[in-house]
Amino acid sequence: MSTVHSTAPQQPAERTRLSDEELATLSKPSHDWKWWLGMIGSIVGMGFIILYCILPFYWMIVSSLRLPEDGRSTDLVPNPPSLQNYVAVFDPSNNFVQALINSIVISGVTTLLTLLLGIMAAYALARLRFRLKGLVLSIIIGCSMFPGITLLIPLFKMFTGAYAWFPFNWMNTYQAIIIPSLSFGLPLCVWNLTAFFRQMPVELEQAAMVDGCTPSQAFVKIILPLAAPGVFTTAIITFIAVWNEFMIAYTFGTRPEMFTAVNALSRFTGQYGFDTPWGTIMAAGVILTVPLLIMVLLFQRRIVAGLTAGGVK
Amino acid sequence: MATAVETAGADAPAPRSGRRPKKNVLSDGQGGLAGLLISPTMLVILLVVGIPILLSVRESLFRRNDGIDPVTGMIAQGESFVGLQNFTDIFANPQAVPAAWGSVDRLINAFLNTTFFTVVCVVLETAIGVAMAIVMNKAFKGRGLVRASILVPWAIPTMVSAKMWGLMFDADGIVNKLAGHQTLWLADNNASQWAIVIADVWKTAPFIGLLTLAGLQTIPDEVYEAARVDGASAWQQFLRITLPMVKPALVVAVLFRTLDTMRMFDLPWGMIGPGKYYVETLSMFAYFENDAGRYGQAAAYSIVLFLYIVLVAFLFVKLLGAEVVDDPETRAIQDRRRAQRKLAKQQRLSSRAGSTVTTGSASS
Repeated sequence: MSTVHSTAPQQPAERTRLSDEELATLSKPSHDWKWWLGMIGSIVGMGFIILYCILPFYWMIVSSLRLPEDGRSTDLVPNPPSLQNYVAVFDPSNNFVQALINSIVISGVTTLLTLLLGIMAAYALARLRFRLKGLVLSIIIGCSMFPGITLLIPLFKMFTGAYAWFPFNWMNTYQAIIIPSLSFGLPLCVWNLTAFFRQMPVELEQAAMVDGCTPSQAFVKIILPLAAPGVFTTAIITFIAVWNEFMIAYTFGTRPEMFTAVNALSRFTGQYGFDTPWGTIMAAGVILTVPLLIMVLLFQRRIVAGLTAGGVK
Repeated sequence: MATAVETAGADAPAPRSGRRPKKNVLSDGQGGLAGLLISPTMLVILLVVGIPILLSVRESLFRRNDGIDPVTGMIAQGESFVGLQNFTDIFANPQAVPAAWGSVDRLINAFLNTTFFTVVCVVLETAIGVAMAIVMNKAFKGRGLVRASILVPWAIPTMVSAKMWGLMFDADGIVNKLAGHQTLWLADNNASQWAIVIADVWKTAPFIGLLTLAGLQTIPDEVYEAARVDGASAWQQFLRITLPMVKPALVVAVLFRTLDTMRMFDLPWGMIGPGKYYVETLSMFAYFENDAGRYGQAAAYSIVLFLYIVLVAFLFVKLLGAEVVDDPETRAIQDRRRAQRKLAKQQRLSSRAGSTVTTGSASS
């Protein structure tokens, strides 16, 4: 804007009296039309990306704020706005509070278990030298690519008590959802943590060991405190993965008191006859997405680093 | 071999750390500790992945008895070994269903749907994702805002996204209103396939963009400057510099997305519903059979999906050179072993010839 003016030739008399401000603008490189084209292009592109990502989510929020009977309305803003859908979500018949508690318990326990195991394994994978490391890494990454349905069928048979050697009925229990969730949570966690530990300078540990620490002491006293942000990020990523999981939760949670939030939401359909309660579903969707979004936005820099370092999911 | 190590250690290049494998405080006697730390994870993986796979293979060879038992005259119970019949039934006893691919066996239909979704979604996601990454990489300001918004589709649970797009694709929904055309997106037809594709691409293209951006940011500006000095056009720069340099990051991202799309389940289930032939994937079909108590068939179909995924992963690693296990140490160990073997061979040859080795060459 002002760049154009200041780079234009000026009166010689004025040139002797350049203020610091003018000097600063003059010392900036001038930009040709190509630069401006690129600038405008990138702003338009960025705007497009933001709209692409946000608009569908905006539609969900708007639809949740309508009156329940306006479920299919296509007005761009709710008219009149209403919180009735949110009231409907928490109607006792939906058991949604219990579902949220279940989700928190299942995701929380799974995350803690995977962190506990994953920190140990990831440290060994990132730092120690041992035979078959390539094999271990391949197995772990292989597990994260694994189709969940292949595990689900025997586990379903097992947890319903169809095998004589497994005389428990684990349907509608926490462990029936948590244990299968480890199958994708643990590889995810180990992979991310390994990437984090690898980024930490090995000299820190060496210095600790020169000072007389054993490798495990060096890990606990030096690496773990420094890797806390990485561990925390991995915890969030794992938590979100388990929170969002549907197939396992749907299979092993068949009674309302054992639904996870995602599972409960999927079953809202057709509860009130033929007309899908879109408003209620959208409100439930907003409720179970917003906590994740807050976490993600607060720690976005770290999460992006974690996702790109881990490269999984 | 021990002598080979001694000689090789002196002059063979040890990538990254320059440490010898045997004479280092960090590696001495660490096998035991490593085993201790790794074994709980491996034990859990064995229990929750290994054993279920074996059980799945076992199940796929059995089938629940149905009908009347000819001996007792009662309704048959238990299960019997049927060999590969669960797999070969698609030829011997096809269960034709009408969908996008004509009237084909339901398993083949699910297989074709899975392949269609995988190919179309991954191609679109990659194209859009790379474009997003390039835009973000060029951006001067507002990167934080874009990064925040790009995490929104990633964080939304797939089931919520399925319902959200379900509302938008409703016959009276916003998509039809904007298009000005009444399309029945959710009614188990060709349009519903595209509705799935759109919803899936929306959720995952930003993710590919994020991973590609990480790859783009590692390319130094000097490379582009040099190319510009040499007179390369923007398109040439993209083809000859950008693509080759982001390829390692991109291939891994695409591999993960491909395998993830192949096991797609939540999205068609939540948006269109179970048992809809146009959008039924292998995961959904296997789940349907499991739900109906046909464990044998279900396990067999899930094994088909498993083998399909293994095949695709194998092709990715072999043909596109996806470096999935990107562990510098593992690579260094492999390089070192290769160098040692080469050196040992050279020594054998030269001692046979009666001369001494002066150079330990190692190239990776």
